[in-house]
Amino acid sequence: MNRRILAGISAALPILFLGIFLLYPIARILALGLAPIVGRGGSGVMGLRKLLADTGAGRLLLASAGQAFLSTLLTLAVGLPASYVFARFDFPAKAVLRALLAIPFVLPTVVVGSAFVALVGSGGLAERLAGVNIVRTLPAVLLAHVFYNVSIVVRIVGGSWANLDPRLGESARMLGAGRMRSFLRVTLRLLLPSLAASALLVFAFCFTSFGVILVLGGPRIGTLETEIYRQAVYALNLPAAALLSALQLLVAGLMMLAYSRLSARAAVVLRLTPGSVTRRTPRGPGEWALVALCGLGPTAGLMLPLAVLAAGSVTTPTGISLQYWTSLFRNVRNSIFYVSPVAAAMNSLAFSGLAVVLSLTLGIPAAYLVTRSRKGTLLTGAAELLFLLPLGTSAVTLGFGYIISLGSPPLDLRGSVLLIPIAHALVALPLVVRSLVGPLRSIEPGLRESAALLGADPARVRLRIDLPILRRAFLAAAAFAFTVSLGEFAATALLTRPELATIPVVIYGFLTQPGDLNRGQAMAMSVVLMAACGLGVAAIERLRPSGASDGASEVF
Amino acid sequence: MRWGKCLLVLVCLAAAQGAWAAPRILRVLTHSSFSASKELIEGFEKANDVQVRFTAGGDAGETLNKAILSKGNPLADVLFGVDNTFLSRALAADIFEPWDSPMLADIPAELQMDPSHRMLPVDFGYVCLNYDKAYFERKGLPVPRTLEELALPAYRGLLVVENPATSSPGLAFLLATISRFGEKGVRTWESYWSDLRKNDVLVANGWNEAYYDEFSAGGRGRRPIVVSYATSPAAEVYFAAEPRPAEPPTGNILAEGGSFRQIEFAGVFKGAKERDLARRFVDFMLSREFQEDIPLQMFVYPTNRKASLPGLFTAFAPVPPAPASLDAALIDAHRDEWIARWTKLVLR
Repeated sequence: MNRRILAGISAALPILFLGIFLLYPIARILALGLAPIVGRGGSGVMGLRKLLADTGAGRLLLASAGQAFLSTLLTLAVGLPASYVFARFDFPAKAVLRALLAIPFVLPTVVVGSAFVALVGSGGLAERLAGVNIVRTLPAVLLAHVFYNVSIVVRIVGGSWANLDPRLGESARMLGAGRMRSFLRVTLRLLLPSLAASALLVFAFCFTSFGVILVLGGPRIGTLETEIYRQAVYALNLPAAALLSALQLLVAGLMMLAYSRLSARAAVVLRLTPGSVTRRTPRGPGEWALVALCGLGPTAGLMLPLAVLAAGSVTTPTGISLQYWTSLFRNVRNSIFYVSPVAAAMNSLAFSGLAVVLSLTLGIPAAYLVTRSRKGTLLTGAAELLFLLPLGTSAVTLGFGYIISLGSPPLDLRGSVLLIPIAHALVALPLVVRSLVGPLRSIEPGLRESAALLGADPARVRLRIDLPILRRAFLAAAAFAFTVSLGEFAATALLTRPELATIPVVIYGFLTQPGDLNRGQAMAMSVVLMAACGLGVAAIERLRPSGASDGASEVF
Repeated sequence: MRWGKCLLVLVCLAAAQGAWAAPRILRVLTHSSFSASKELIEGFEKANDVQVRFTAGGDAGETLNKAILSKGNPLADVLFGVDNTFLSRALAADIFEPWDSPMLADIPAELQMDPSHRMLPVDFGYVCLNYDKAYFERKGLPVPRTLEELALPAYRGLLVVENPATSSPGLAFLLATISRFGEKGVRTWESYWSDLRKNDVLVANGWNEAYYDEFSAGGRGRRPIVVSYATSPAAEVYFAAEPRPAEPPTGNILAEGGSFRQIEFAGVFKGAKERDLARRFVDFMLSREFQEDIPLQMFVYPTNRKASLPGLFTAFAPVPPAPASLDAALIDAHRDEWIARWTKLVLR
């Protein structure tokens, strides 16, 4: 009885959290923005239609969805072969490469944009070598989206691929299926849930992408999110911003609904095979070439912009020097808001730590709630949709929503520091839930049942059966939450306290004034951010149980 | 058991903190580019037995919008960072209360754009064209002296501007051209911009991309003329890498009517919890001490005429002649329409 109440409370917690920090503020701000138009009955509908036309909503929606679709396809095209290589083969420095893959995810668009310009912009590497300059065109946006999101695919698809018994495909081939057919019918079919999950997440991130579009897309590419920001921040046109936010949320919600129906149907119960059994050292030059092409190749590609930033942090007009680094420790302007790199890193890590704890605390019961019924009920479907919804939400709109809905007791949080990890956890929650739902769905019911038959109570079943299998999934979820928070998604929308500036905030601060020193310090600080990310992810990876995890799910 | 003890200690600590007469807290909301010297703020805190808590609300527009949304239950006691393009909006929202600061006596009347004294001018700056000195020397090309010359074939493909729809200097420069060429006559602002378009003007969405990525002197780009600030050359020296150059690599194009003055205002929120302290803080921001700190913190000019400028400013940040002048109410009424027309003209 007691346990049931506890389970009920733990399931209610994530719903309550999203209710307070997502649904309520969004509902309030949309109502405030749209009330002046909708409140007029019949002419309200006309007004709504007129506003839709005036804002060019249809065109913006098409642009958002179109670029997100292409970005997702490209990200999968790069990410799938990489997932395969990372899942199936052991090769030198694999752990390091895997930690490196996570880094792009956390970098602020303002410095990534600058690195991309140095590679594919005016006067950039590609222009000098081949006369190619793609900055301020769609290809630059797509390329940057691949750069940011490929690690999502490798982490989620690579995770389930590692636990897929290779003999399944082999038996299909023995039964006469061709190589292609066995791959499509067996391997791809079994990977479908994780494939769909990563595709949805990548699509959602690109659909609501903001900085990449503005910086690399240039003024001729406008999407819903950039227009929401423009209307909210420059035109101060709340009705237009609210309408476009509602449209974006609606379309993202429909996508997620379609996904959650698909994913519940596509789930397959599998005997998970330990990764240590399914992977091996490449044999022969063919397999080594495959590893180099699909694993090392994309990783090297992702490293190029990072290398540009690192090089920029030591290149001064008169030669190589460490002065940008040493000046990070000096309060150049004698500003009251000066934050040393050490303090900024500590702030970042503190917020990220809180966000990880919060999003896992909420995400674990959320994932159990979603997978409670195998077929999917109305409740679990709605819960699944709810737990994805933060990804479809416009950050700037949510920030405005917080201003009007969290301003009085008991929730007087507007200027509170707590709101920062809360907002980070909100964005991390969909990734955490996605990382856990797949593995949870694939746990053989037989395992749990036999444990129960042998006399284990439900708590013991969870502890002894679920936990070892899910351990790796927890770590992957923690790594996601950590990187989301470190990268400050949604942070633009919040009020910030300058003395508690995180690394990305410090980077933006440098780039508000001209001067080589500012630029160089921003680059040096970006390298600090990369290091914090790499070390953090590597540390989370380290938490995995040593050796004893054989038989456990390998969801990196 | 352990947790229980921890909790107890925490509760005691919290109670103890409450019991000590904690200093009063003054809340100041600013945009993200605000800065001031450490000792200065600490001096104010000490003199008034107050703790100043700053919060940043993003860009100027975003910060103002957040302030408007919090009407009736203000986010802070003081707001700093409303500029003249948003002034009408801020006043219409009715979120500030008048403060007849004694310091206003030291501030030129032309900067006091709000006669009701709800918004008090703290600093101002000029958006204007910067050029790459080395480029023009190398090419033996004269530096353009007027906006009109920028449309000449000799300067084809040399200019990078910011998108007025997404950038505040971009909007300021558009306003300068509107003020200079107007709506009627042989050359209107629209015909001027279609000439610039024919002359291959490059548009970047933000100042950052324009200055750092496309401008040939400030960044690594190829364009030697950029829309930036009149103080940017001074900042180029102040924030230069060692060894510091004696002269900035860039200069201002001091074209007639080619610059736009941005004035930044502060105000006391209606319903401020610490109204007296808030007024004192506004006085402090207008005082000579704070005003002389402004240039090297935010790279704008002080409004107080008693404040003297640092040498860096007198040497490298000359004030452009005849800045564009457009009424704040006019800007507010036409901003969206002007931006839409500009977008059609230059980007479509």
